[in-house]
Amino acid sequence: MQSDERVFLMGEDVGRYGGYFAVSKGFIDEFGPERIRDTPLSESAYVGAGIGAALAGMRPIVEITTANFSLLALDQIVDNAASYLYMSGGQFNVPLVIRMGTGGARQMGAQHSHSLEGWYAHIPGLKILTPATLADARGMLATALADPDPVLIFEHGTLYNMEGELAPDAGAVDISSASIRRAGRDVSIITYGATLWKALAAAETLAQDGIEAEVIDLRSLRPLDERTIVESVKRTHRAAIVDEGWKSGSISAEICARIVEAAFYDLDAPIARVCSAEVPMPYAKQLEDAALPQAETIVATVRSLVSHAGG
Amino acid sequence: MGEFRMPSLGADMAAGTLTRWDVKPGDHVNSGDTIGVVETDKANVEIEVFESGIVDRLIVQPGAKVPVGTPLALIRGEAEAPAKAPALVRASPMARRLAREYRLDLATIAGSGPHGVVERADVERVAKQAEVRPGPAAPVPPAAPAPQPPAPQPSEGAGMRRAIAAAMTRSNREIPHYYLETHIDFSNAQRALETINLRRSVKERLLPAALLFKAVATALAEVPELNGYWIDDEPHQSERINVGMAIALRQGGLVIPAIHDADAKSLDEIMEAMRDLITRARSGSMRSSDLVDSTITVTNLGDLGVESVYGIIYPPQLALVGFGKIVERPWAENGMIGIRPILSATLAADHRATDGHRGARFLSALERYILQVQPG
Repeated sequence: MQSDERVFLMGEDVGRYGGYFAVSKGFIDEFGPERIRDTPLSESAYVGAGIGAALAGMRPIVEITTANFSLLALDQIVDNAASYLYMSGGQFNVPLVIRMGTGGARQMGAQHSHSLEGWYAHIPGLKILTPATLADARGMLATALADPDPVLIFEHGTLYNMEGELAPDAGAVDISSASIRRAGRDVSIITYGATLWKALAAAETLAQDGIEAEVIDLRSLRPLDERTIVESVKRTHRAAIVDEGWKSGSISAEICARIVEAAFYDLDAPIARVCSAEVPMPYAKQLEDAALPQAETIVATVRSLVSHAGG
Repeated sequence: MGEFRMPSLGADMAAGTLTRWDVKPGDHVNSGDTIGVVETDKANVEIEVFESGIVDRLIVQPGAKVPVGTPLALIRGEAEAPAKAPALVRASPMARRLAREYRLDLATIAGSGPHGVVERADVERVAKQAEVRPGPAAPVPPAAPAPQPPAPQPSEGAGMRRAIAAAMTRSNREIPHYYLETHIDFSNAQRALETINLRRSVKERLLPAALLFKAVATALAEVPELNGYWIDDEPHQSERINVGMAIALRQGGLVIPAIHDADAKSLDEIMEAMRDLITRARSGSMRSSDLVDSTITVTNLGDLGVESVYGIIYPPQLALVGFGKIVERPWAENGMIGIRPILSATLAADHRATDGHRGARFLSALERYILQVQPG
C-alpha cells in the first residue's frame, strides 16, 4: 500500500476495529478511511464493488472474514471476476485480490470453520493460494497484487497465531510451484496450509521408525503443480494427501486422479487421504479435534502404506 | 499349476505365432518334450515344456500371434486336481511393472504387503536372489493382446531379413567393436584329425569345425570375460559356455543355435551336436532351447573360400569369433620357411566389456589349443 497508490483494502470491520483477526490493526491511522474501507454486511455488494474498482484500474484487496461467507459472493467471484477476461475476449482483466480465513480448530462452529478452497480451485480464471509459512503469507499478497487476474488467498485461521521472524528482504514469492518442505524416500505427504505443520510433525514421528516421508506444500491449488507431485511420487512410490476439506469431490480427489493418470505404474500402495470427517465442523473441542486431520492420523495412515520401513 | 508361456527365442523377438499344438488337455508331458510349434520371424521352432505334468488347458489357439510371456497353456502336476481359474495375484502396480521388467512370475512371489499384496520390495528381493535383471529389450506384453491388423503378406524370408536387420543395426549402433586377427598354423590339428578319421567311417568323421568350436570353448574357459552379455550398461559373464553356431539357410538368412556347455563336451559330442543342429536348422525344426541361450557366436566362412571374416556381434553378446578358409601359405618358423595350412581367426569384441589385451589372450589361448591338439 505504501508503494502503490492504487491498492486499497475493504471488508467488514477492517478499519476502525482493525480486522477480525487484527490483520489490519492500525492501518486506518496510516492510510485513512479512503483506503481502509469498512463495508456493510453484504459480501455480494462489496466483492462486486471490488470487481468494478479493479476493472476501473484500481488494485483492490477485498477481505471476506471466512470462506463460509464468500458463498454469499459466489456469483460475483465465479460468474464475474473469474469470467470477465474470457467473456471479453481478453479485453478486461480483473486485478482483484480476495483474502479470506479458512479452516477449523478454533471452536468457531460450522458456519465459520469450513475449508472451501478446494471448491474454488475448480474454477478456471481464478488463482487459489494457500500460504502455510510466514514468508508465503507476506510474499503471496505481493505476488497476487502484481497479478492482472483475480487471486483468492485462503489464510488458515490457526496460522494467525504462529509467530516467526520474517527475513528483512522478504517480498514477492513464486506462486506457480509447490515446495518440498522435507525430503524423504518412502512416501510423499501432499498437503497445504495449516496441515503442513501437522504433516511435518507426523514426518518427524515416522522418521523415528525409519520411515522417511517427503512433505510437499502445494502452496497453490490452482494452478496445481502437478509436476512436483508426480516426480515425488515416482521417487517414493507412495502418496498420502492431507486436506482439511471433505473427501468427496475435494482437491485431494483431484490430486489422487492426477497421480493415477501420471504415475500409476510407479505406485506401490493405494493412495491414501487424510481429510476432515464429512460433517459440518463441530463446535465442541473434542469433536472438532476428532473431525480434523491430526498428526496422529497422518502417522497411522502412512504406516499402513509403508510395510517395509526403511525399504 | 504351471503356466507355459510364449518363450523368447532371441533378444529381438517380441511376439510369435503358435502354429500347432502337439498335445491336448489330459496328455501327460515330460520336461523337455516338444508340445507345439511357434513361428517367429526367423523360423518355425518346436517349443519344449520345462516341467512334467498333465496338460490342463490350452489357452492360445493355433494361428494366434501373441507377445512373449503370454501364457499358452496350463500344465498341472500329477497330484493336482484339475484347475478352476488361475488365482488372481494381488500386487501393486509398481510390483507388476517390475516383475514384467525382470520377467518374474508374480504368482511365484510371496507378498509381504497388507493381505499378502506383492509389493516392489518383494519383487526386488526375489530378483536379487535370482540375480535377474531387466531384459535387454524387454518386450512389454500389452494387458490384452491387441488384435493383429491384416498385414500385407510378406515374401518368404522377409521377416527373417527384418529380424537380422534389427539385430545388426542395433549391434552396429550400440556396440563399439574392436577387431583382432591372428593366423594359426593348422598342420598339427590337421594331422590329428587325419589320424582320428583314418580309423572311422565317413559318417563318423570329425570335421575341422568341431575342433574349432572346442578350441573356442576351451579358450573361453580361460578368458571368461568374453563369454556372456552386455545388459544395462554392465557386462554379465555367463557360467555356462554355449557356443552359438551361425548356420546359413538355403533360402537365405541365418539362425544361431547353441552347442550347450561346449567346454565340457568331447570332440565327438560337439560333432554330434553340430550335425544335429545343422540338420534341424535346414529342415526348419529348431527347438526353443536351441535358440535362446548362446553366450558367444562363431561364424565359419572357410567353406566358401573366404580368408578372413570380420563379424558383427550378435547383441547382447560380448564377442564373435570368425574363422576363414584354411589355406596353404609359406610360413617362417625357427628361421626356416615351410608350406603350412594356415587358419585365420578373428575376434570381434565389445570394447565396453573388454580391451584388446583380453582379446589377445583369448586368441592366444585359442591358438595354443589348436597347436597342441592330440590325435585321440
